[in-house]
Amino acid sequence: MNRYYWILGGFAALVVLLAVGLNLNPRDVPSPLVGKPAPAFTLSQLAEPDKTLSPQDMRGKVWLFNVWSSWCVSCRQEHPVLVEFSRKVDVPLIGLNYKEVRGDGEFDMSKMPAEEEKKLAFQRANQWLSQHGNPYKLTVMDLDGRVGIDYGVYGVPETYVIDKSGVIRMKHTGPISPEILTQKILPLLAELNK
Amino acid sequence: MKRLTAALLLGLVLNAPSFASTATEAALADDPVAEKRLLGLSEELRCLVCQNQNIADSNAELAQDLRHEIRGMIKAGKTDKEIIDFMVARYGDFVLYRPPLQGNTLLLWGGPIALLIFGLVALIAYQRRRATRVAAQDQPLSADETSRADALLKELDTK
Repeated sequence: MNRYYWILGGFAALVVLLAVGLNLNPRDVPSPLVGKPAPAFTLSQLAEPDKTLSPQDMRGKVWLFNVWSSWCVSCRQEHPVLVEFSRKVDVPLIGLNYKEVRGDGEFDMSKMPAEEEKKLAFQRANQWLSQHGNPYKLTVMDLDGRVGIDYGVYGVPETYVIDKSGVIRMKHTGPISPEILTQKILPLLAELNK
Repeated sequence: MKRLTAALLLGLVLNAPSFASTATEAALADDPVAEKRLLGLSEELRCLVCQNQNIADSNAELAQDLRHEIRGMIKAGKTDKEIIDFMVARYGDFVLYRPPLQGNTLLLWGGPIALLIFGLVALIAYQRRRATRVAAQDQPLSADETSRADALLKELDTK
């Protein structure tokens, strides 16, 4: 009889292991960037293409950095949460428009001159924001996704919480739900702004 | 024959634009050594969009971007280790198909070996116990049992 308890115990352990494993989110890959300084960049602003923004310009402020694109379906899901956030919370939200044109997959990029891509990207991004509301203090344009690579972006939308000294304190991959906002992001922002 | 060649040539010319899209992929192909390094490296790196594919196999946008990035780094004369470190710094250990042996991967690396050893030990222990149990039960038949067995055998023979 004793022996069967052994087998049963082993089976139960296996079930527990699999249950835990299957309930983990495979998209939830811990970012090595948390705790590191936000990678530097200088990108054109969407509203004023002649002006640029660098993370250094945000020194001394706690800010949110949100990666989005008009072709990104989950961004649409997340967007009302961000709009609501920008109305209620006094924390600058900076947008990173990620591969607006070439990420879409609708265009043959080998046939599109860089100038045209740029024009189209700004036009599409602006249109999307005027259609869905603009929660961003400003948005910078990462046309070719190079800055995205530096930030380890692999699934838009992604959101980073960056502290006053320019260090990434949190990264969230995927759309921000109201729960994630109230349970994780807002408390962290409050703590960092103390 | 001449006509055929002309038709073929014309076909080639007309189809030329379709080659253009592969032009970037082919850009480094004229350097077979670099291309081999790219292939070797991208086979070691996981595509985070489609997590069970490596960067060499995946056609996801990000995989293409990262291959492009690796090409650039190879051209810039970076070593394999520098390129791998570049990826790990951005995407974490998860990007490696062969995770490094460290504290949090001990179970991953050691688990299968531990299970194998556990199984072998259990098997040997079971066999030993069984052997002693069988040996303990393996007594010669008593006189009474012998006569009963003989009677049963005889009964079979007469049938």
